[in-house]
Amino acid sequence: MHFVHRRRRGAELFLLVIALLVGVGAYAAVGLGVKEKVPADIVSYGGWLAALIVIAHITVRLVAPYADPVLLPIVAALNGLGLAEIHRLDLALDTHFARQQLVWMTIGVALFVGTLVLLRDHRVLQRFTYTSGLAAIVLLLLPMAPGIGKTVNGARIWIHLGSMSFQPGEVAKVLLVITFAGYLVLHRDALALAGRRVAMIDLPRGRDLGPILAMWLVSLGILVFQHDLGSSLLFFGLFLIMLYVATERAGWLVVGGTLFVVGSYLTFLFIAHVRERFQLWSDVWAHYGSGTDDKGRQTVETMFGMAYGGLIGRGLGQGSPWRIPFAQSDFIFGAIGEELGLTGSIAVIVLYGLIVERAFRAALISRDDIGKLLATGLGGAIALQVFVVVGGVTHLIPLTGLTTPFLSYGGSSLVANWVIVAILLRISDAARRPLPDLSVPDDADMESTQVVRLS
Amino acid sequence: MNKPIRTVSIFCLLLFLALVLNATYLQYYHASALNNRVGNGRVATATFSRDRGAIMVGRTAVAESVKTKDQYKVQRVYPQPFMYAPVTGWYTFGNETGIERTQNSYLSGEDDSLFVNRLVDLVNGNATKGANVLLTIDPAAQKAAFDGLRALGSDVQGAVVAIEPSTGKILAMVSLPTYNPNRLATHDFKKASAYASRLSKLRSQPLLNRAVQTTLAPGSTFKVVTASAAVQTGRYNANTLVPAGPTYTLPQSHSVVHNDVLSGCSSPKIPLIQAMEFSCNTAFAPLAVEVGASAMHKQAEGFGFNQQYFDDLPAQATSRYPAGLDPPSTALSGFGQGSVTATPLQMAMVTAGIANHGVVMKPYLVSSLQSPTSFETLKSTNPEQLSQATSSSTASEVTKMMVATVQSGTATPAAIPGIQVAGKTGTAQSGLTNPDGSEVPPYAWFVGFAPAQSPKVAVCVMLQHVDQPTDEIHGGTLGGPIAKDVMEAVLNPHG
Repeated sequence: MHFVHRRRRGAELFLLVIALLVGVGAYAAVGLGVKEKVPADIVSYGGWLAALIVIAHITVRLVAPYADPVLLPIVAALNGLGLAEIHRLDLALDTHFARQQLVWMTIGVALFVGTLVLLRDHRVLQRFTYTSGLAAIVLLLLPMAPGIGKTVNGARIWIHLGSMSFQPGEVAKVLLVITFAGYLVLHRDALALAGRRVAMIDLPRGRDLGPILAMWLVSLGILVFQHDLGSSLLFFGLFLIMLYVATERAGWLVVGGTLFVVGSYLTFLFIAHVRERFQLWSDVWAHYGSGTDDKGRQTVETMFGMAYGGLIGRGLGQGSPWRIPFAQSDFIFGAIGEELGLTGSIAVIVLYGLIVERAFRAALISRDDIGKLLATGLGGAIALQVFVVVGGVTHLIPLTGLTTPFLSYGGSSLVANWVIVAILLRISDAARRPLPDLSVPDDADMESTQVVRLS
Repeated sequence: MNKPIRTVSIFCLLLFLALVLNATYLQYYHASALNNRVGNGRVATATFSRDRGAIMVGRTAVAESVKTKDQYKVQRVYPQPFMYAPVTGWYTFGNETGIERTQNSYLSGEDDSLFVNRLVDLVNGNATKGANVLLTIDPAAQKAAFDGLRALGSDVQGAVVAIEPSTGKILAMVSLPTYNPNRLATHDFKKASAYASRLSKLRSQPLLNRAVQTTLAPGSTFKVVTASAAVQTGRYNANTLVPAGPTYTLPQSHSVVHNDVLSGCSSPKIPLIQAMEFSCNTAFAPLAVEVGASAMHKQAEGFGFNQQYFDDLPAQATSRYPAGLDPPSTALSGFGQGSVTATPLQMAMVTAGIANHGVVMKPYLVSSLQSPTSFETLKSTNPEQLSQATSSSTASEVTKMMVATVQSGTATPAAIPGIQVAGKTGTAQSGLTNPDGSEVPPYAWFVGFAPAQSPKVAVCVMLQHVDQPTDEIHGGTLGGPIAKDVMEAVLNPHG
């Protein structure tokens, strides 16, 4: 049976138009909801958004024609929705985050284009295994450096250079996926084959535990020295997923799970910051309102907001999401839940689910190991990050503090996530592209020379 | 590697499923519990931002919500602030008083009886609007009462209540000094609370609605109750001779009771009607003892003493006539002194009960609820009988005495040409001393109704403090003209 490789770029364009309608429509609805008129700059804003999307689309058409057609529209829709909600909070709080976020989105799209144009084959990334690992470690250490590092809201994860501020952990996330993938492609056999069998599970050899222990210590280090519970969980979970996929051995999950439980318990015992987060989660009502330390205000206001939004929401611009402190960054999911209701919440969660599903699909059909591992790692990173942040915001798990991909205000996060999408598109393009025709040309003089048909 | 990728994707699916379930729990199953939770400022603000129904007097709004540009979207305004403040109260974030409080669920539109309206609003895409509350107040009577009280000077403390005797409708309710509810309802909460604390520190207590929240000795107006109790025994009518005289010594005591008037009471025996006309304390004190503490107590309770009967305003003070009084206290109670205290509303009800053939109607301020959009009536209050205080014949005997009091007794200032008016004055000793040792001046009372044969309005005027010399303070001269103006305003709606 002959498989037809289809480019599906027309489908992508159609979905992009819908995504653009979501973004611009939300922006207009915010203006109508707050000020009862369509914002005056709707044309220039919409034009800018459309231009960014068209540029991204044309780039994909030119340099990754077989790439997945669904990823870019989802990302465009989420980014547009996030911009509208940030703009809505700007109107309430008299800030100007949305304008800044549009600049970051522009930089993100520029890097997206740059990544797709320069990275013509994702397998090249394997060359940078150790370089990117080193870069990730430097980036993670930067906030600790005196002078440029800065503690914001208890976590030392920011660097400041002049007026620019940056969260290097977001970029380190991408670099770490590259490092893990490159490393695991080389060492998967050693990690997978040797071992002993205990109670139906193949456990790895002691000497192979080095990498996972190192990663465990790095994660604990982030937690101890930077108070960044979210990144710590994300990096360790990411490594564990990729290790499991590379080795196909559930034994690593047992080892990793044990290390996770031990690490959680140790940090709960010895690190006040972690204990406080857990206690805040277990009884948030004791930390809300006057007479208490009021540390649960963000979570409680988010829960109140989402409850007030109900099934269909208050409507964009008609809720009171400004009551949630930092609603434009970590807690933007609560703001969307209030104004767009359960319908909007589920839509956003499903969009993230689709991104992850598309990433895993690219991993499944990828023809090379590095592509599989990269796609799984990037998809898993988004899944874990969304779960940790949305679960934290909605009081499902203790609050950890990560940005919501594409929705939250924050340059580092937005730019890094656009690059992730570019790499995913590159992998899916390679996976869906027809195989190069390696058969011998069927020309006329073959008959004259061929004596015995060989095959 | 595809098998573990599929496993990981199922794991991620479970993570997302958990997020969806949790969001559903928060926004659907648990939503109303969270919305109703104490301390949910978001819902409180939203309620505060709702287009609240108006409080109407006739076709005029005395409290309404107007659109503003600030974050709360609507501002409560009171177009006639001082005259209606004791009735409307005020509405501010997290607090409301007066009608704003008792009718809050209707004004805000949250009452279950307004569910259909809310549904219609939702379908039409309109914001929920509360119902309008229509008051029983007669604007002309209210204005007459307010102007009359104010004319007595800037620092007058007093109240006027007018009731329609046949229904219990409150036609006027004024209390002075008053305040500006607009300044308490302003969204500049700092200014509002500064104004509120200034008001609450004033010794004249402007936030008090004296019509229902102040109980004082009713003085001689209580003689209407004593006379009713006497006639109700069957042993007395208007012409029965009763003991009187220039003085009366309280039983078991050496305290001596005097009369306020110089003539008319001195004879040892006078007709009951004459005792009423000239407000003879020396006649009513022994009369109360003769009728007996228990009959007096029963009569007072028949008119509403010792009870809570008024639902339309919060914090009603209970008027008192204690049970089991000893003879000297009973004698004092005969002319409304001693342990008897009453609100102006209570004395208006006594008067209205006599006017309504002995039947006391339950007083009410809310006439009906109107739909905010179509103005159709959603619910209206039906008049309700509170008690049968006296028989019809007793009521007409007492009426006869009160008519005489206006015609030729102490209550002549309330006379209206061409209309028979029934009335009774009262000048009650406060029995209190000022911090400087001087005596607190007496309280002036006036009760009355008109027309005497088919009463349309019963009034009570109470003056707790008037800036005049003590010997100028008389219920008749100060209260009578105000009562007259209020009655005229009701009887001649276009005059």
